[in-house]
Amino acid sequence: MTMHFLLLFSRQGKLRLQKWFTPVPEREKKKIVRDMTTMVLGRKPRSCNFLHWKDLKIVYKKYASLYFCCGLDAEENELLALEVLHRYVELLDKYFGNVCELDIIFNFEKAYFILDEFLLGGEVQETSKQVLSRSIEASDMLQEVSVIPRSR
Amino acid sequence: MPAPIRLRELIRTIRTARTQAEEREMIQKECAAIRSSFREEDNTYRCRNVAKLLYMHMLGYPAHFGQLECLKLIASQKFTDKRIGYLGAMLLLDERQDVHLLMTNCIKNDLNHSTQYVQGLALCTLGCMGSSEMCRDLAGEVEKLLKTSNSYLRKKAALCAVHVIRKVPELMEMFLPATKNLLSEKNHGVLHTSVVLLTEMCERSPDMLLHFRKVWLLVPQLVRILKNLIMSGYSPEHDVSGISDPFLQVRILRLLRILGRSDDDSSEAMNDILAQVATNTETSKNVGNAILYETVLTIMDIKSESGLRVLAINILGRFLLNNDKNIRYVALTSLLKTVQTDHNAVQRHRSTIVDCLKDLDVSIKRRAMELSFALVNGNNIRGMMKELLYFLDSCDPEFKADCASGVFLAAEKYAPSKRWHIDTIMRVLTTAGSYVRDDSVPNLIQLITNSVEMHAYTVQRLYKALLDDISQQPLVQVSSWCIGEYGDLLVSGQCEEEEPIQVTEDEVLDVLEGLLVSNLSTPVTRGYSLTAIMKLSTRFSSVNRIKKVVSIYGSSIDVELQQRAVEYNALFKKYDHMRSALLERMPIMEKTASNGPTEIVQTNGETEPSVPDTKLPPLITQPANQANDLLDLLGGNDVVPVIQTTLPTKPASAGGELLDLLGDLSLSGGPAPAPSVPISQPPFLLDGLSSQPLFNDISAAIPPMTAYNKNGLKIEFTFERANPNPNIAVITIHATNTTEADMTEFVFQAAVPKTFQLQLLSPSSNIVPALNQGSVTQVIRVLNPQKQQLRMRVKLTYTHKGSPVQDLAEVNNFPPQSWQ
Repeated sequence: MTMHFLLLFSRQGKLRLQKWFTPVPEREKKKIVRDMTTMVLGRKPRSCNFLHWKDLKIVYKKYASLYFCCGLDAEENELLALEVLHRYVELLDKYFGNVCELDIIFNFEKAYFILDEFLLGGEVQETSKQVLSRSIEASDMLQEVSVIPRSR
Repeated sequence: MPAPIRLRELIRTIRTARTQAEEREMIQKECAAIRSSFREEDNTYRCRNVAKLLYMHMLGYPAHFGQLECLKLIASQKFTDKRIGYLGAMLLLDERQDVHLLMTNCIKNDLNHSTQYVQGLALCTLGCMGSSEMCRDLAGEVEKLLKTSNSYLRKKAALCAVHVIRKVPELMEMFLPATKNLLSEKNHGVLHTSVVLLTEMCERSPDMLLHFRKVWLLVPQLVRILKNLIMSGYSPEHDVSGISDPFLQVRILRLLRILGRSDDDSSEAMNDILAQVATNTETSKNVGNAILYETVLTIMDIKSESGLRVLAINILGRFLLNNDKNIRYVALTSLLKTVQTDHNAVQRHRSTIVDCLKDLDVSIKRRAMELSFALVNGNNIRGMMKELLYFLDSCDPEFKADCASGVFLAAEKYAPSKRWHIDTIMRVLTTAGSYVRDDSVPNLIQLITNSVEMHAYTVQRLYKALLDDISQQPLVQVSSWCIGEYGDLLVSGQCEEEEPIQVTEDEVLDVLEGLLVSNLSTPVTRGYSLTAIMKLSTRFSSVNRIKKVVSIYGSSIDVELQQRAVEYNALFKKYDHMRSALLERMPIMEKTASNGPTEIVQTNGETEPSVPDTKLPPLITQPANQANDLLDLLGGNDVVPVIQTTLPTKPASAGGELLDLLGDLSLSGGPAPAPSVPISQPPFLLDGLSSQPLFNDISAAIPPMTAYNKNGLKIEFTFERANPNPNIAVITIHATNTTEADMTEFVFQAAVPKTFQLQLLSPSSNIVPALNQGSVTQVIRVLNPQKQQLRMRVKLTYTHKGSPVQDLAEVNNFPPQSWQ
């Protein structure tokens, strides 16, 4: 699932998370975010979750007040992309307990950490929810220690 | 200095801002505080400050002054620092930044760190945004980590390797040894990322692909892993709605697709597992359908047996009936890709596809429309056209132009009768007239001209349409042209097809003059009307009225109209003796065989018309050789016909004077396009309809024929007249193969009786692919000066399933038009 970018934004178009898997100039990033927000927010309520934009497939899904939107290569499996987005939401939900938009606003760095354990370079790196949650827990624990243990 | 405020505190504060200006003020204040804190090289709060900076960056504010701070955080020994530092690096320090490379050393150290979570951070950052230089420097470290037994690190190293290969493809080789053992891992994370790595390698290097196929025997390995996945019982770790690790399943299917493409053995080895997945996967949720979708894509792309292909298309057919619109969308997209190669199988789902035209979703409607046009053929044209016209009536404006073009194209190819064809065109013009493309007007005019027996019916219907509505320009233009040509039929009430209407000459002229003055008419339309009025001067008796109109427009502001009116005036005054000849009925126009942009057919008015007669039905009236010059007089946007004429019978003087009159004007045919097969369609329509090579049977008169059909090999002949010599018949053979195996070393030979001469051009290829997946075409030119009945003896040789096959056959069923 080669993702080019993953964006989270609210119903008012406020960006909550942006992950870019290809090098994009800052201005271009802003333009893409604007385009995505306009396109996705402008969709009719019962449309399908797939769009075309330039040479990319855009897959998006609304969870409560947040839109999860990703850009994929044209040959990618859109239905699987929906599963990837869903898995990310499940991971957030497990971590925060009934996650809502506010959790992601106030703990955006944690949302990034979880994403970075799930996707790497635009591809899925771990398919087990439990393994992933355990890694995050262990990393969080490591933050409590003042200096990271050196011994092997 | 007081401790900088916490991140959550800042977020809360900023969210209380009621205006953009207030927010900006808060942010500027905080940025100033952060900047001075950075200047003080404060280690304790650096992490907090950078985190706040990242938050403000997300809101859209500049954060570049934090770049170096991120580097300092990465170098710190505290895990919290490193975490935020790497996050900051990924957000602020992409390869375009100057300080990007400064990270390299830190990352290198962290890749060798004792704590796996630190190594993980480094791998993640490198794998997400490492530049080519960084990748080159650190590839060795990544390769080392690829061989570790720690699955947490191994899976990250695999994806990091993917990134390195994408950035620096030459480094692919060095990862090869480490990749070998990856598939023997039990850990799903490692398995998944390994499959991704192998996929990346296969896609980048055909040599690598061959190596994996032949030496590593990758296909059986993957089949085994996939089988275990499906057969294994419930595994809570990887279960998604009853399916075990769908992500891994899909990736394996994708890799199998790449390995099986154009390779018979590999495709055969995966046949069973594909069938198993296709039949056993649970379809109630999206996740099962995602796997089925990938399976279908794989089946269609490899060299699968026909039973499996039919299974795949049936899955797509079932998808079309699914309530979930995503799945319907995906089905339509896939069917569009397969409609050329598996046309018959897709036809079975035609009614479901047509139902999707009524879907509410715009993307689904569009795909259903494209697919519907691809499925139209001679058998279903009536039914399909009904649905498509209904769709045209009710669809959004964004579809109308493409739909109208599609309807015209399909109608032209498959119209069951002339009357139906004209009715269909009328329907399109009246319902979507303003969306019709510009080039449709000359094409339609040509079609109408050539439907000789329908002239009265056509002009009557067009006239009635004009009475209703003059706003749709293409309709108005075609109607004016027809009224100009066939106005006499209109007023004489000669219609056979339907009840003739009673209309007087004055009424007709009223309508045409109305077009001239109406605000709705474009300049082009006005040109059409004026010319039509002029033409009626030889068909109607109220010449005086026409003279008056023409002279009025001699002083029109519109230069085009003015020029026309002045010339027509001149016709009335000085050249009245030529007027009837000039304004005669248009002859039948020959369609030019053009595969590219519409050609302008040059006809040189000065030479004696040596264009020989063709197989087209005789012209309605005596064409004058001056008909060539009709080009210029009626030029501009009107149709430029290729005029077929007999030898001149008019006195030379009239011709000579006329030529002098027009000698000043350019005889290059003007900007009008010649009537030809409309080729300028949007690509998607061409994709669907170009199932035959573009060397199509243009001449409407000569139907294609099946010359040979035995043992699964079918050879069709399509015909065309060579321009300029009509004694030469140009035949294109299309050889197709319905068996399951390709026919290789295919050679087609032909012999003709002594009075003919034969020329065989080179074939498109010598392999006739199996299951109608393509065809071999070859052009034959037959010179037949004595117009004898064409007969041919053909010899076919090819290799099929390893054994050579040879056959001789006589072809006697040539249609008479091909040699007369």
